[in-house]
Amino acid sequence: MSTRHEAAAGVPPRNAGTAIEVRELVRRFGAFTAVDGVSFRVAAGEIYGFLGPNGAGKTTTLKMLTGLLRPTAGHAIVAGLDVARDALALRARIGYMSQKFSLYGDLTVAENLELFAGLYGVQGERRRERTAWALRMAGLERGTERLTGELPLGWKQRLALGCAVLHEPPLLFLDEPTSGVDPVARRAFWDLIYELAAQGTTVLVSTHYMEEAEYCHRLLLMNRGRVIAEGSPGEIRALATEPIFALRTDDAARAVAGLRDRPGIVEAAMFGRAVHIAVADAHGAEARIGDALAAAGRSCDHLEQITPSLEDVFVSLVRREGGAGAR
Amino acid sequence: MLSATRLLAIARKEAIQLRRDPRSMALAFALPLLLLIFFGYAITWDIKDLRLAVRDEDGTRHSRELVAALTGSGYFEVVARLDSRAGIDDLLQHGTVNGVLVIPRGFSRDLAAARPAPVQLLLDGSDANTATIALNYADAIVARWSADVVLQGRARPGLLAAESRVWYNPTLESRHMIVPGLIAVIMSIIAAMLTALTIAREWERGTMEQLAATPVHRLEVVFGKLLPYLAIGFFDVAVTTVAGMLIFGVPLRGSVLLLAGMTLLFLVGALGLGIFISAALRSQLLATQVALVATYLPALLLSGFLFDIASMPPALRAVSQIVPARYYITVTRGIFLKGTGVEQLWAQGLSMILFAIIGLGAATLFFRKRIAA
Repeated sequence: MSTRHEAAAGVPPRNAGTAIEVRELVRRFGAFTAVDGVSFRVAAGEIYGFLGPNGAGKTTTLKMLTGLLRPTAGHAIVAGLDVARDALALRARIGYMSQKFSLYGDLTVAENLELFAGLYGVQGERRRERTAWALRMAGLERGTERLTGELPLGWKQRLALGCAVLHEPPLLFLDEPTSGVDPVARRAFWDLIYELAAQGTTVLVSTHYMEEAEYCHRLLLMNRGRVIAEGSPGEIRALATEPIFALRTDDAARAVAGLRDRPGIVEAAMFGRAVHIAVADAHGAEARIGDALAAAGRSCDHLEQITPSLEDVFVSLVRREGGAGAR
Repeated sequence: MLSATRLLAIARKEAIQLRRDPRSMALAFALPLLLLIFFGYAITWDIKDLRLAVRDEDGTRHSRELVAALTGSGYFEVVARLDSRAGIDDLLQHGTVNGVLVIPRGFSRDLAAARPAPVQLLLDGSDANTATIALNYADAIVARWSADVVLQGRARPGLLAAESRVWYNPTLESRHMIVPGLIAVIMSIIAAMLTALTIAREWERGTMEQLAATPVHRLEVVFGKLLPYLAIGFFDVAVTTVAGMLIFGVPLRGSVLLLAGMTLLFLVGALGLGIFISAALRSQLLATQVALVATYLPALLLSGFLFDIASMPPALRAVSQIVPARYYITVTRGIFLKGTGVEQLWAQGLSMILFAIIGLGAATLFFRKRIAA
């Protein structure tokens, strides 16, 4: 399954038409600028990922692109419509899944599907077809009478996706769709995203899972309301400028504290049970790291230079841009 | 473009949610009847069996006849006969009696001589309402009795007494006044409380965002939400009307169709007010409380239900103009008790249409603003 995802990530979209065109988009809330002059273009059929720390402006941007929030300045053309002017018409051409689970928990699976079919104007034979499709996709053919609120989160998310695409929109917006979902359910969810993309749906998805970022055709890295990088996962990995070392030690948290602010060490961060260390210069880095660990009283079980991962690049880009936002 | 499909999808969803929420179900179906029965029995301006002490210094047939006339009316009950005037103050102070009747020595002699024969009624004025009503009753009974005396030729005719007759509610049963007004007060509260939950609940549960991302128009949401509650409102008015007739014996003299039409106008405004509060506050708890205060107190105090609007100070009279229940109360009382037709009630109807437009307009406007924010 994972090979399919990674293979798909490198596949360029078949259709080169433009699905989303964003120019200098700005959104302010009082004195706070949540989105600050963001520009990008998404080709039709692409899986386009929004990546960034909390408060980077991902959700705000998504809400402007779906017509839920009016931009303070700038332009966004989605599915050929200006989001500021044609918000209502736009909503018939897009599907949207908000960050928080937002189907009606006190309605059954069938009642939720019926509601959204009604709201999207999917009627008659097409409604039966699409509802059956959504139930199959969510694996809920035998759970139609269950209250949605009582379903496990993974099922809820797939049902929410089904509801969002009942009307077969050419564009799908997903705001951190898999947060809180276990890895197996997350994989299953991404299978669905691929299925939709294979049918020609353009998918714009925000995430903070790096492994999910690898599944996207192209990525937009945001921090503090600005774009800090854009490109395919491979192109973004190539932006890495600092050599990265991976360390295995007896106490990763204390090792990080001991390594920070030592000469020649740019950044040290926990990375699972290991520590990733960005250094200014690979030459002599191993000795300097060893000295710092000895001074902190930590062991050095294993240390080697590695190819920077997407997350390493991401952490380093955010740091270069002055750290994550206050929010 | 508004779509009936979308509007009905919202209405259907709202009805299902309502059915599954025990709190709303209780509010919609049990509370109106409970309130009607509770207030119907609790609020009454009828005064019966006022406790009276009698100091009869005359001790004649006439004085005993006068006392008998008072007790025979059913309004007064003699609980004590006094030997002197000394204990009067004590009795009133302790509230043992509501009033003391003093018939002075020479009462019978004055009557026979066709001279004015005054009797004294001392009333506990600390409850001014009861005292006023007791005084009116006593006046009427005494006047009637003295007229009888005159007719029987025991005394010369006195001054011509005004003869009053009460129309529409001949026995002056205050319940007949209260029940139609009560229906208006109850529906003001229930309507706003029911809908106060509806939009706030969507915000609290995060479903509003999903709803807003669909092509549904805000008017479709507001009207779709209105429909099931309108049905419940009609059901409640019907139930309280029938209960008022069966339990409290209130007559329904006017047109049921007119009552239904006016009820529709009133309910749309009252439900719209609740939706507006819900859209503006976004919190179920806060919206419920605000809806209760915004409807309950004005409907009770400023609608003419408890207090006559004409005798209010000008400022309160002006405020009462914006209490929708005021118009609906005039309508229900008119239709129930007087059989009033549309030719007398059209102004109330227009006022309620205005409220319906304002309520729904504000709800729709606020709904959009909050989504955009």
